[in-house]
Amino acid sequence: MYDTAKTESAVEQMELKIEARNVQVYYGDTHAIKDVNVDIEDKTVTAFIGPSGCGKSTFLRCLNRMNDTIDICRVEGDILLDGEDIYDPKVDPVQLRAKVGMVFQKPNPFPKSIYDNIAYGPRIHGLARTKAELDEIVEKSLRRGAIWDEVKDRLDAPGTGLSGGQQQRLCIARAIATEPEVLLMDEPCSALDPIATAQVEELIDELRQNYSVVIVTHSMQQAARVSQKTAFFHLGNLVEYGETGQIFTNPEDPRTESYITGRIG
Amino acid sequence: MSDQHIATVFDRDLEGIQARIMKMGGLVEAAIMASARSLEERDEEMAEQVRAGDAAIDGLEDMINEEAARLIALRAPTAVDLRLVLTVMKIAGNLERIGDYAKNIAKRTGVLAQMRPVNSSTAALRRMAREVELMLKDALDAYIQRDVELAQDVIERDHEVDQMYNALFREFLTFMMEDPRNITACMHLHFIAKNIERMGDHVTGIAEQVVYLVTGERMEEARTKADDTSVSVLED
Amino acid sequence: MTDISQQGSGPAAPSRKHGDTLMQLTARTKRRNAAERRFQAYGIAAIGVGLLMLAILVVNIFGNGMGAFTQTFVSLDVELLESKLDKKGNRDIEDIKKVSTFGYAPLIKGAFEAKVAELGLETDLKSKAMADLLSKSAPAQLRDYVLADPDTIGKTVSFRFLANSRVDGYMKGRVSRESIENDKNISAAQLDFADQLIEAGVIEKTFNPAFIFGADASDQRPEAAGMGVSMLGSLFMMFVVLALALPIGVAASIYLEEFAAKNWLTDIIEVNISNLAAVPSIVFGILGLAVFINYMHLPMSAPLVGGLVLTLMTLPTIIISTRASLKSVPPSIRDAALGVGASKMQAVFHHVLPLAAPGILTGTIIGLAQALGETAPLLLIGMVGFIASNAPDSVASGLMDPNSAMPAQIYEWAKRADPAFYERAWGGIIILLVFLVTMNTLAVILRRRFERRW
Repeated sequence: MYDTAKTESAVEQMELKIEARNVQVYYGDTHAIKDVNVDIEDKTVTAFIGPSGCGKSTFLRCLNRMNDTIDICRVEGDILLDGEDIYDPKVDPVQLRAKVGMVFQKPNPFPKSIYDNIAYGPRIHGLARTKAELDEIVEKSLRRGAIWDEVKDRLDAPGTGLSGGQQQRLCIARAIATEPEVLLMDEPCSALDPIATAQVEELIDELRQNYSVVIVTHSMQQAARVSQKTAFFHLGNLVEYGETGQIFTNPEDPRTESYITGRIG
Repeated sequence: MSDQHIATVFDRDLEGIQARIMKMGGLVEAAIMASARSLEERDEEMAEQVRAGDAAIDGLEDMINEEAARLIALRAPTAVDLRLVLTVMKIAGNLERIGDYAKNIAKRTGVLAQMRPVNSSTAALRRMAREVELMLKDALDAYIQRDVELAQDVIERDHEVDQMYNALFREFLTFMMEDPRNITACMHLHFIAKNIERMGDHVTGIAEQVVYLVTGERMEEARTKADDTSVSVLED
Repeated sequence: MTDISQQGSGPAAPSRKHGDTLMQLTARTKRRNAAERRFQAYGIAAIGVGLLMLAILVVNIFGNGMGAFTQTFVSLDVELLESKLDKKGNRDIEDIKKVSTFGYAPLIKGAFEAKVAELGLETDLKSKAMADLLSKSAPAQLRDYVLADPDTIGKTVSFRFLANSRVDGYMKGRVSRESIENDKNISAAQLDFADQLIEAGVIEKTFNPAFIFGADASDQRPEAAGMGVSMLGSLFMMFVVLALALPIGVAASIYLEEFAAKNWLTDIIEVNISNLAAVPSIVFGILGLAVFINYMHLPMSAPLVGGLVLTLMTLPTIIISTRASLKSVPPSIRDAALGVGASKMQAVFHHVLPLAAPGILTGTIIGLAQALGETAPLLLIGMVGFIASNAPDSVASGLMDPNSAMPAQIYEWAKRADPAFYERAWGGIIILLVFLVTMNTLAVILRRRFERRW
């Protein structure tokens, strides 16, 4: 595996994009995330794995402050994006979310045309001054989302008329239209069939050339296929974080091994 | 069915591991010929190179096994992909053993070079080694081209190697009975002949793996061994 | 179904054994099937009763009300004598105006005499008695015509006059020679004459658009009474309700649903909105009287005030239906918008609201339809009992001048003594029902069309 051997060493040289230190998350009185420390590297795919309810989605949503929409949720600790604390009072979450995009579990295109789906983000963030510029952004995003060839003739068709896999790729294209630096994906393939899943995974592999990708998945095999770094969460704790090949051939923590081999839930 | 996986990284991994096998195969082929030539020409330096080169062959086997483990862990290969990975691991093992035999021949060459030559047998040994080297080349070609017929042909040719070994065995016995001063040399030569015959068996093993890879079936009939020296009593 | 509770208990407990045949129904199954069939029969019977009631209602309404849409007219040729109308002969409007309706009456008598002569009818009636066959609005109709076009003086013009309500009733079968025994307004001889005119084709019953579009008339002239002005009154009120209740209701709903914090205060507000929807409508009338008329000194009986009162009534309906529409938008759309970097406000206005719009629209139309049919709140602010006889001439006067509303008009007619008004009340009900059915059908069509676009 000459190629991945090269990327293994390349991964270690990547810059840190997000640094999380002593992060705690409370839902009311429940201590959902306990003392998480993790570094997300740039131009890398990082996977969060773990059993249901272990907190991986919750932690993911902290990274773009989507947890702000939940009243009873409280976040403590530091999360730094390029060295800046995203929970600083001066930070506007709306601006943060232009930098940190998100793709959800169930594909959720807007009930508008394909063009408008992609164009919405750049419009509200003022990224294009003319229609021509907007057209360019739309085309670039659809190309990067590996869906341009399939929709270039019907940009006015409703986004909801596409198949499941295409809709998810559309949502990914929409997320990258705002030129984010980080892409968060919350179980993006769980609603897709195996072929569509493989296409999205291939897309993720291409995306990591330009973005830092964090993907939450309940499929260990998907984490193994797609990521360079893997973090294993269990009961709100970050149990182990390391290079993916290492985690899946020889993990350090016995809890990790139990989960990966299917010996516990 | 397309030849390429949707996930291109899977293809890259498989190509990587196959490239290593081919490299290892090349090294082993060269080692076989070098060991046979060094024996015939009584070239101690060449023999020394063969012995040193075995480290690289062993290193490649380790790397291939590690990569195969990683491939299985990360890609969960199935069907033909799985057979490919298993085949690669087995072939690496076979190649490594062949390389060890070549090293062993080279070691004995060093000893024989200091004794007086025993006539003609080294030529026969060289022919035998050449036959095994050609078999190995064809076996590896069969692997690359997924050619079942070629692989089966290789398996057949092992009979000839076994016959050559039988003949040499009798010859050495004759030499030893003629002149007891030849015994030491002939013993070494005999071991060398045995090593080459074992090499042939391992090449056959590689060819059998190729059949498994392509058809998914293991060969049922026990490989017929034409080497009857272990079961026949030779009259004096 | 296996009776699990009876496993291993009771010697006589019937249990299902393996190997029982499916072809034979157990007693239990038969009983259950019979019960279900009975239930279905009850359901059908209930529907049948409902449909029967509906049929009775519809038959009654249409049977009694259809008559109001036709009216009896008398066709006469009237010679517009210059000697009576414009003595000076200048065609001076001021001079002509001086001639009151009283002055036109002789022209009508003359027209009857001419008609009798033309047709060769034999009758003992005096021309005054003949003229009495017409509605009391006939002279006014002539006068309005002449004032509008003075050049016609001196010519003979054909007119269609409304017959009076007794003649009309005679044509429609309401009035017979027996019923008019004590009636001062008509005599048997007049009826005979009327028969002759009917035969000659002078009197005929035709469709009367004035019932729908014309103004209301006084007690004395049921034949001239129409819904038109009160329709305008209702229209202006609906306009006020739409202009006020829709924005306020939608805005309040959006705030409560999307932006307000979920604490005890918003809980109380929610509960109270639901309560408001259940408050009896007359309470809103009292509120309107106290606040809008007494405190704010808005004109009595004005559609503006009526509209304001109805707005208060419709607001809870709109708020509740808007909230339901907003709730029905899946949260994934909001998440998607937020994920792309929209603020909460942008997410609501760009994405949630357009998707909730059909539901909001439907709720608004239903709310308006309800408001259209309300009478009680209008009671105390003076719109019931007001005779809507003058059409408003501008939007401002439409809002501020006293007027009535359709349901109030119906009530008013039903109250009046003259039996001719009874028929008109039913006719008004038909018109009102047409409006309501149309609006509700529109709501249903809209809902179907816009359903499930995501």
